[in-house]
Amino acid sequence: MTQKVAITAQNVVKAFGQGAAAVRALDDVSVDIATGEFFTLLGPSGCGKTTLLRLIAGFEMPTAGKILIDGADVTEMPPNRRPVNTVFQSYALFPHLTVAENIGFGLKMQGRPKAEVAATTTEMLALVKLDAMADRKISQLSGGQQQRVALARALAPRPKVLLLDEPLSALDLKLRKKMQVELKRLQTETGITFVFVTHDQEEALTMSDRIAVMSAGKIQQIGAPREIYTRPVNRFVASFVGETNFLPVTATPQGARLSTGDVIAAEGEGSVLIVRPEQLRLGPAGVGAGLAAKVTGVVYFGTDIHVNLSLADGTALTARVPSPVDGGADFATGQDVAVTFQPGAARLIRE
Amino acid sequence: MSPAEQSQRSRSTRNGWLLSAPALTLLFLAASGPLLIVLVYSFLTPGQYGNVVWDFSLDGWIGILFTRDIFDGTMNLADAHLTIFWRSVKLSLMTTALTFALGFPTAWFIATRPPAQRAMWLFLITIPFWTNLLIRTFAINEVIRNEGLMNTVLTGLGLISEPIRLINTDTAVFIGMAYVYLPLMVLPLFAAIDRFDMKLLEAGYDLYASRMQVLRHVIVPIVKPGIVAGSILVFVPSLGAYVTPRVLGGGKNMMIGNFIELQFGQGRNWPLGAALSMALLLIVMAALLVYVRASTKGSNPHG
Repeated sequence: MTQKVAITAQNVVKAFGQGAAAVRALDDVSVDIATGEFFTLLGPSGCGKTTLLRLIAGFEMPTAGKILIDGADVTEMPPNRRPVNTVFQSYALFPHLTVAENIGFGLKMQGRPKAEVAATTTEMLALVKLDAMADRKISQLSGGQQQRVALARALAPRPKVLLLDEPLSALDLKLRKKMQVELKRLQTETGITFVFVTHDQEEALTMSDRIAVMSAGKIQQIGAPREIYTRPVNRFVASFVGETNFLPVTATPQGARLSTGDVIAAEGEGSVLIVRPEQLRLGPAGVGAGLAAKVTGVVYFGTDIHVNLSLADGTALTARVPSPVDGGADFATGQDVAVTFQPGAARLIRE
Repeated sequence: MSPAEQSQRSRSTRNGWLLSAPALTLLFLAASGPLLIVLVYSFLTPGQYGNVVWDFSLDGWIGILFTRDIFDGTMNLADAHLTIFWRSVKLSLMTTALTFALGFPTAWFIATRPPAQRAMWLFLITIPFWTNLLIRTFAINEVIRNEGLMNTVLTGLGLISEPIRLINTDTAVFIGMAYVYLPLMVLPLFAAIDRFDMKLLEAGYDLYASRMQVLRHVIVPIVKPGIVAGSILVFVPSLGAYVTPRVLGGGKNMMIGNFIELQFGQGRNWPLGAALSMALLLIVMAALLVYVRASTKGSNPHG
């Protein structure tokens, strides 16, 4: 990669507590985040994603390892001297200041001239579409507006990196979708490197250039959204990002042998076959190739239906098929069907 | 709002007033009654045995600032009175400043303890209130007097050869008042800091503020209501303090409170005492107005 690196974490360890009771929130994490990238740290709560973000911001010191910003070692540098800004989960807006004063706070603390503070504040207000709210108090704003003030406040000093700690989690679904688009637009317009922390896999997939999936203080996989979704490296990534069927298999020269005895062509190596529910095709039983299965349940989701299946030996499997146009059920519990895999859909992973 | 809702609301409002009427009546009578008596007395003539004669006179009010020369009857500025006023205001301001300087870190410390520990720390802060003010003041006296604990220990250790003379000085009164009123500063400060969102500290540091800048631009403006409340709670009773200057300041280092008491006792000049009381009230009100005005102006930079 010839791209410039904005942030480097080198073998970062962060332990909380002392001695035997110490908990390793981060366990030897190394990652390079490229300049201008929308990089997402994705994982369940307690996986260490927020800790990594706080280490980059400077709110925590690593137990071991280094943090570099633009190639400079900032491991020991206090947060007020790092060229990064944070959008906090709870926004942490200053309640005693107006919207404009909140946005200008960082510039004012840097000692920039008044005219520059005012100009940048106006520019930021326009960027987040809050021009009319400049003199409002924070308590007079809605959650979505507060969110935009928090963004503008963090962007105003033109940081090299913007850190976002689950900024959308307090918003309702509609607003969240809107803000996802907004965030992506802001990132493209400003060209600032975004490091985004979330536990929402859909959010991560729709917005990111690259995603680091984290679990138990370690990075499990780093890659583009498509890569993460289509080629998960282990069971955790496969199950956390999207839904997956896991089938135990044994490798044979012809392909992966299922517990039913059927053999399926699959990429990769390992003892577990994974296949996404939407990559399964259901056909009438006894016609052509396919695994014999019985429908055990049908769940209607609107855009599609989830069909729970049971293979000949009882192995459970879920398929996701488009909703029939007339709204009626295409499948009935107890029905026999033949299950086929889309070409290339089946992959093997190690347990 | 439907008529039914309206009548229900007005009924509940009326019930609220009825329920609080006894307390409000008591408060009104107890506050305005004595004040009215004092106001009337300040315009009367002193009686021979310390009561009042019902003759209108402005001598009480004039006596606040002036004394009549006993030989030629000319009016002169009463330096002694001014000294007392100045000492009262000065010591009260100093007490407020010292209790704030000591109380703010204390309140911050308590507010940042785990919730389970906070109750204990607050409990410890309030323990002095369990003992009578007079007894606490005498205890201070016992510590700082010439042959008291402090001087005995320091002499015993050979650190000083002469006892430090603190008792019957302004400094003694200052120390005593700061001790007595410290909890009144800590409690409202704690209440304000307890509500302070510590995330704002991180937001401040994140936006390039140094520790001093965070204190000045984030913490102080947000906990200002607590600072104002604590300062008022310390300053007002300090200005009218009676017991502490009496016990620790001796007869010479009087404050307004002692001076007023003197007029009603040995001085046998009730109208002057009453006028002084009213003057004290006016000083307190003026100080509060200035203070509240100044503190609300600061919080609105556009004003």
